[in-house]
Amino acid sequence: MGRPTTTHPGRKVGRRLTLVCGLALVIAMAIAPAAMAGILLPESGAGSPNADQISSLYKITLYVALVIFIGVEGVLIYALYRFRARKGNVAAQIHGNTRLEIGWTLGAALILIVLGAVTFTKLDSIRNPPNSGPGGLALTGVDYANAGGLRPPDGKSLNILVNGQQFVWRFTYPGGKQANGLDDPYTYEKMVVPINTTVTLDIVSQDVVHSWWIPQLGGKFQAVPGYPNHTWFKISKPGIYRGQCAFICGRLHARMVAEVQAVTPAQFTTWLDGQKKAIAAANTAAAAARVSLGKKTGAASVANP
Amino acid sequence: MAVATATPIPQIAAHSTRREESGWTSWFTTVDHKKIGILYMVTTFVFFILGGVEALLIRLQLGLANNTLVTPETYNQLFTMHGTTMIFLFVVPMMAGLANYFVPLMIGARDMAFPRLNALSYWLFLAGGIILYLSLFFSPPEGGWIATVPLSLTSYLPSGGVDAWIYLIHLTGLSSLIGAINLYVTIVHMRAPGMSWSRLPLFVWSILTFAILLIVAIPVIAAAVTMLLTDRHFGSHFYDPTTGGSPMLWQHLFWFFGHPEVYVMILPGFGMVSEILPVFARKPIFGYKAIAAATVLIAFLGLLTWVHHMFATPTPVVVLIFAMISSFLIAVPTGVKMFNWIGTLWQGSIEFKTPLLFCVGFLATFLIGGITGVFLAIFPVDWQLNDTYFVVAHLHYVLVGGSVFTIFAGIYYWFPKITGRMLSERLGKWSFWLMFVGMQVTFLIQHSLGLDGMPRRVYEYANVGHLQLYNQISTFGSWILSVGVLITVINVVRSLKIGAVAGPDPWKGNTLEWFTPSPPPANNFDVIPRVRSLEPMKDIRREIDRRTAGAAEPDPAGARQVVS
Repeated sequence: MGRPTTTHPGRKVGRRLTLVCGLALVIAMAIAPAAMAGILLPESGAGSPNADQISSLYKITLYVALVIFIGVEGVLIYALYRFRARKGNVAAQIHGNTRLEIGWTLGAALILIVLGAVTFTKLDSIRNPPNSGPGGLALTGVDYANAGGLRPPDGKSLNILVNGQQFVWRFTYPGGKQANGLDDPYTYEKMVVPINTTVTLDIVSQDVVHSWWIPQLGGKFQAVPGYPNHTWFKISKPGIYRGQCAFICGRLHARMVAEVQAVTPAQFTTWLDGQKKAIAAANTAAAAARVSLGKKTGAASVANP
Repeated sequence: MAVATATPIPQIAAHSTRREESGWTSWFTTVDHKKIGILYMVTTFVFFILGGVEALLIRLQLGLANNTLVTPETYNQLFTMHGTTMIFLFVVPMMAGLANYFVPLMIGARDMAFPRLNALSYWLFLAGGIILYLSLFFSPPEGGWIATVPLSLTSYLPSGGVDAWIYLIHLTGLSSLIGAINLYVTIVHMRAPGMSWSRLPLFVWSILTFAILLIVAIPVIAAAVTMLLTDRHFGSHFYDPTTGGSPMLWQHLFWFFGHPEVYVMILPGFGMVSEILPVFARKPIFGYKAIAAATVLIAFLGLLTWVHHMFATPTPVVVLIFAMISSFLIAVPTGVKMFNWIGTLWQGSIEFKTPLLFCVGFLATFLIGGITGVFLAIFPVDWQLNDTYFVVAHLHYVLVGGSVFTIFAGIYYWFPKITGRMLSERLGKWSFWLMFVGMQVTFLIQHSLGLDGMPRRVYEYANVGHLQLYNQISTFGSWILSVGVLITVINVVRSLKIGAVAGPDPWKGNTLEWFTPSPPPANNFDVIPRVRSLEPMKDIRREIDRRTAGAAEPDPAGARQVVS
């Protein structure tokens, strides 16, 4: 099993290296469709541009990664097999190769420069909300200003306050009558939004750190008490999108779930009106209960809201 | 009296020689770096087993959707204890233990620079571990190994568990700081004659960098946890948002320490691989200077990237971009090392002994951890992936595939030196393959769990999609991994008594520790050899060969070659 002496060993190794790298590329291409099956891809599919762009950025990184992975593992496995100890195999006493080493340093740097450049091209569409689409909710004064928040170019978005608390999410929508927003409609756990409408979120916490995450609607954003955070989404497909708190917030962290239900703008308006009425009715009932409780116990102060 | 003499009067300086201590009490009084090293290694391995049991319980709980095996409270305690144990009580002190034992031997020194401080380091570390584990009998910490605030303030976690965690950080931190200064001084001042910086073994380079990182990072976490302690008990408001404190301050301080800590855990592993690969490939390390430079560069860049743990926090995008680019930059020297290691194997004559297998397992596995690290450095992608099982998979590929595999490589490589006996190759290979396969089965699928939306640190999940199946695969893998670890434990215990006698240099090593008998005597070297190259043992063997002119025994000091 001695080394053949007819061909130049360096050239032979070079040819095999090309073969291995070529094979790696072919396998990477073959695996790519399987990757589509979802086992290798993050969630998206609500038609929200930020989630879709993150997903495509992820895919580009994945392809580059697969080629590197298969190439390096291929060379490693080949080296282990080819240069295993056996009769007649003498280890070459070489200490390095400056040109080769500079080459692979530059190669590694180049790959990262490309990935960085691709990230920058997508950054704007991921971070900054677009205008609402044609089929969206007509936004007239629905928006209320929150300094530092994200706004689409035309300044019109449905702005919802997301408030994390152990262990539930509270969503406050614009649309109350009072200027201070104290009678704004709200929901817990389930957020209802209109489709084709840019929804901007102000994310806050009233106790510990939480993290807002609906996988199909883009990334995570921590709710840090005292530091409002901001994100957005714009759903084009009606449906229910589920998620949960992503940052350890206490014992029932796993139970702190959230869902976003996307409906047509007309359904949304109807729902919001219904929600306002339901809250008003509940407030009236609570006030009545306080009065009757006050009468029963004689504690008049309880009846004073 | 005042007789002037032309020549100085010869003086006899009598030093009392310390008798070598023996008996079980010597383990408590020893200041010998080798005994302290053994204490470190054995103690950390016990903590490794404890942390492993916690991991198995975590995996059992997650083996079924909506499982009720442990309560949410217990689950949070389990992952907090698991993470804290593996980082502060296993990987970092294990590296310190290996450094303790082998740095003086590799640089041709007779002990560490400050032997008594060295003993203090160990006992502080042990005290930290005991305090953390005593909390098992009361209420263990449950705020995660990151002890996030405000959750870790008394309003949310009033129990003493968090305090035990704080004292653990204080004690192990002080231990690491003292140990790091000791290692630094030892390496800078006590190298054998002729051992210039360009002849310093790469493991010692990595330990020098490890020491510098600890000296920079430990004071920050020490201050941060002290502030947490005063917030909890003495009325300060550093972190409490309701009184003007800042939870973001904690995250910054914690990760300013936490990210260098990652390199503290992995760089010594890199160093061991750089020592072991050349020995078993029978070839010099490929690109010594590039590897040494990459080690230092990784450490420096590692101090600039902590914000990549905070991509989801309310932080200006320009800061996120800085963290992304600095994280990218780290990938370059890391990639260079990977290529250099493969270059070391290339055209070698590779002997597949267990230490080499663990090194190769490290190369194959760490590559995946490195690549997923690039995904996580791209912050919009990280917005999807952070705090999910994708990150859990990534960090275990780096820490199990990186630190644990290299520690096992080190154990198999140096056990003959420490004990004078060989470990069984047969059991070693079983252990390797089970650990290697178990590792992949446990953690590869966790990437998909994260991509499917499963956050980390949840005690239960709903039975939707493939979540339960993926989790079961992972739980199954964790048992394979455990059996692999168990076999090494058996191997070690067995070989202590019945292992083949190793002789001074069973692997034909390159570095000076193989110049000593196995185990080395208390003073390490009767004569400290002059170092003339990066591989002094090769020179010594060649010199002996030359002098004996091909006589019957080519090995130094009559090393008995053991076929195992």
